Amino acid sequence: MYELKFDPDLCMACDTQDCLVKCQHMDIDQETARTEILKLADGEDSFVLRDCVTCYACEEYCPNGNHPFYLIVKMQEELGMLPLPDPLVKSGVQVGIPFRGEPVIDEMEGTVLNMGVFSPLLGRVEGSKLFEGLPVISHDSRKMFHYFCQLMYLHYGKTSVINERLDGIIQTLASHGAKEIVHFHDECYGTYTSYAPAFGIEVPFKSIHLFEFLYNRLLELKDEIRPLGYKVVYQRPCSSRLSSDKHPFVAKIFDLIGVEYMDREYKDENAMCCGATILGQKKEGSRVYCAEIQKKNIDDMKKAGGQICVFNCPACMQTLGMPVSKAGIMPLFMSDLCRLAIGEKVG
Amino acid sequence: MSSIQQELVNIVGEDYASDRREELFTYSKDLGTSQPLWPEYVVAPKTTDELQAVVRLANETKTPIVPLGGGLTLAGLALPQKGGIIIDLKRMDKILEVNEQGRYIVVEAGISHGKITSYLKKNHPNLMHSEPGAPPAATVGGNLAIHGQGDLAHPYGFNTDMVNGLEVVLPTGDIARFGSCAVGSGWYTMHPLPDIGLFLGWNGATGIITKVSLKLYPCKKFRENNMFVVENEEFVPDVLFEISHLGMAEDLIATSSEIPPMMNRLHYISIINTGDSEEELEFKRHMTFDVQLAKYIRSGVGGIVSLYDERTRPQVSKSADWKKGGGFEYVGAIVPVSFYPECYRRGSEISGRHFIPYTVLGRVIGSCHSMMFSWSYAFNRADDATVKHARDALHETDELVMEINGTIWKPAIFGQKLMLERMDQGALRLMKEVKKILDPNGIMNPGNWEVD
Repeated sequence: MYELKFDPDLCMACDTQDCLVKCQHMDIDQETARTEILKLADGEDSFVLRDCVTCYACEEYCPNGNHPFYLIVKMQEELGMLPLPDPLVKSGVQVGIPFRGEPVIDEMEGTVLNMGVFSPLLGRVEGSKLFEGLPVISHDSRKMFHYFCQLMYLHYGKTSVINERLDGIIQTLASHGAKEIVHFHDECYGTYTSYAPAFGIEVPFKSIHLFEFLYNRLLELKDEIRPLGYKVVYQRPCSSRLSSDKHPFVAKIFDLIGVEYMDREYKDENAMCCGATILGQKKEGSRVYCAEIQKKNIDDMKKAGGQICVFNCPACMQTLGMPVSKAGIMPLFMSDLCRLAIGEKVG
Repeated sequence: MSSIQQELVNIVGEDYASDRREELFTYSKDLGTSQPLWPEYVVAPKTTDELQAVVRLANETKTPIVPLGGGLTLAGLALPQKGGIIIDLKRMDKILEVNEQGRYIVVEAGISHGKITSYLKKNHPNLMHSEPGAPPAATVGGNLAIHGQGDLAHPYGFNTDMVNGLEVVLPTGDIARFGSCAVGSGWYTMHPLPDIGLFLGWNGATGIITKVSLKLYPCKKFRENNMFVVENEEFVPDVLFEISHLGMAEDLIATSSEIPPMMNRLHYISIINTGDSEEELEFKRHMTFDVQLAKYIRSGVGGIVSLYDERTRPQVSKSADWKKGGGFEYVGAIVPVSFYPECYRRGSEISGRHFIPYTVLGRVIGSCHSMMFSWSYAFNRADDATVKHARDALHETDELVMEINGTIWKPAIFGQKLMLERMDQGALRLMKEVKKILDPNGIMNPGNWEVD
């Protein structure tokens, strides 16, 4: 079984304890933070295991690349402190079970697009100049769970499920033969570039972040870009914390397509979780807390003057798209915004 | 052309009466597992006068007649067991009156539920009626003939509890009205006149419902599906009871299904909450999850799957075809809510024996006074073996309902016989007498609720 590479010495030597001190959902001073993270590294219980809302942010806050979030999740499972009620865990674990036949493995070369579990969104990319010449690994939404990166189970405290299934998913992706894969969802990107190395899982292909791909493609289509002029806010997803080196592409894309990236409280490192996973947690008051942070987030978008809220993650879109829309802000996927910038219509 | 066919043409015109095999073919089939049964004629009257004339003709010639609404019972209840004339009532679909403040609508009984929903949405958006968990083509008359329930079952009961008045063409061709409309006072109540409940739930074996006054209810601006899940089926009755205690949910349904895997061996409880404002909805969410169901969440044995999902109506039929493209038929039973765990366990065993992924559903009726519990069995129409498995599973389930002291809802002929075998002798005699008085020639949907 794969083991997390976590080095307690890095925490001992750390002079910030940012992983927990910066947490938006727990109020922890530096001394307590040091004590608690070391307790976890030693396999001991900590209140952090009960209070963590699984927003992934500590992965980014850690200045040493030491994977505090993966450690928390691993310990939640080992000590039987799953954040969600048992039926939700069972339901979630069963979601990823393929049930409509085996995937068709087409031989592919070069760079390809992996929709992961979001092949029902294929209509948003097919036919667009942005994705021209980029073959899609699987068009068949019935087979989408064969391409499901499994990282969602971090929210469930179920590292074991990821580690049990990920090899098979990687093998399915690799069996198409492509050397480079653009991942539509950055949770997939985070799986293959952050989680897998942290657990020593081998990945035989190179992963490309969607936003990096979009930026480079827009540069190629620069002559066709008509500045949009909108004021935009960005709903940064949890999985983006696993690839913070790619987050600057958000601002670079916005700059390139002529939209104004509005300053607001919940921006960049201080981004606020969409709340999808907090809603059902068994900790007392989770539902109300979820509603509160969603309201704060949307109020912040309005206060910033956002006309469009740009989403990366389909789950964030599903959770916040409607309330954002009711607040008078248009929800749009980043890829759709880029399509608008080159004069394409978005359905 | 036979003399009956000629008479039918004389009554409704040649476009609406047929004895041609290609048209009879359509009417010989049901969407469930029933074997085809062929009528000799099909006729589609437009008015009560035309319908009366057809019924009089049938009575004079002792020709069986089968009233047909949307034809969606799946249980073969509108198949001609003894041939004769199928009377397709779908052309009798006018909306005759809406009394907004009195909250009722008077319609011709062949109208579809979808048409009523659409009409109210456009013209009276603050009013709604109870739409059954069937495709929108289901008709009002058909639904009342089988004691249907709909998406207002939790607060208000069966759809047949929501009737203000009826007009019926009797098997002799006479017309009778029931409720305040019978004394010319309008269509606003069934009470306080003497009870003559002879037509609801009879599968059209005592008369043909032609006009109905349906109660309407407040329609809130926003409707959302809040989903809760438990793994242990023993918790389901209490969860439903706790939610029902609030008296706020518009519809309350528990379901479990082998496919998709996320529903396998889990019980999802759909709670439809409505409100005219976000404040009203949030109050209902708070009372439901932070108060009534908090003990389940805290102890980790129940969880909120989703909130805020906007829900269009109807909902049940949209989730009935997970398998996509196949056929399905179900047994429905009216049982106490406390029966859910046993119904689920034994139903999934029956499914397993017949190699069918299990699908069960329980809809709360009237503040937990009862539940419509259904066991659905999917089959491939092109594969006789799977059809046989489904049919056998349905029969086993009918017997199970009897064994656990449930009541089969809209039973097929097989289930009707099981129910009649167990029926109170006094009730049986009365049913026989009623049928004899109303239908002396035994022409009305013969085979249904037939006491030997």
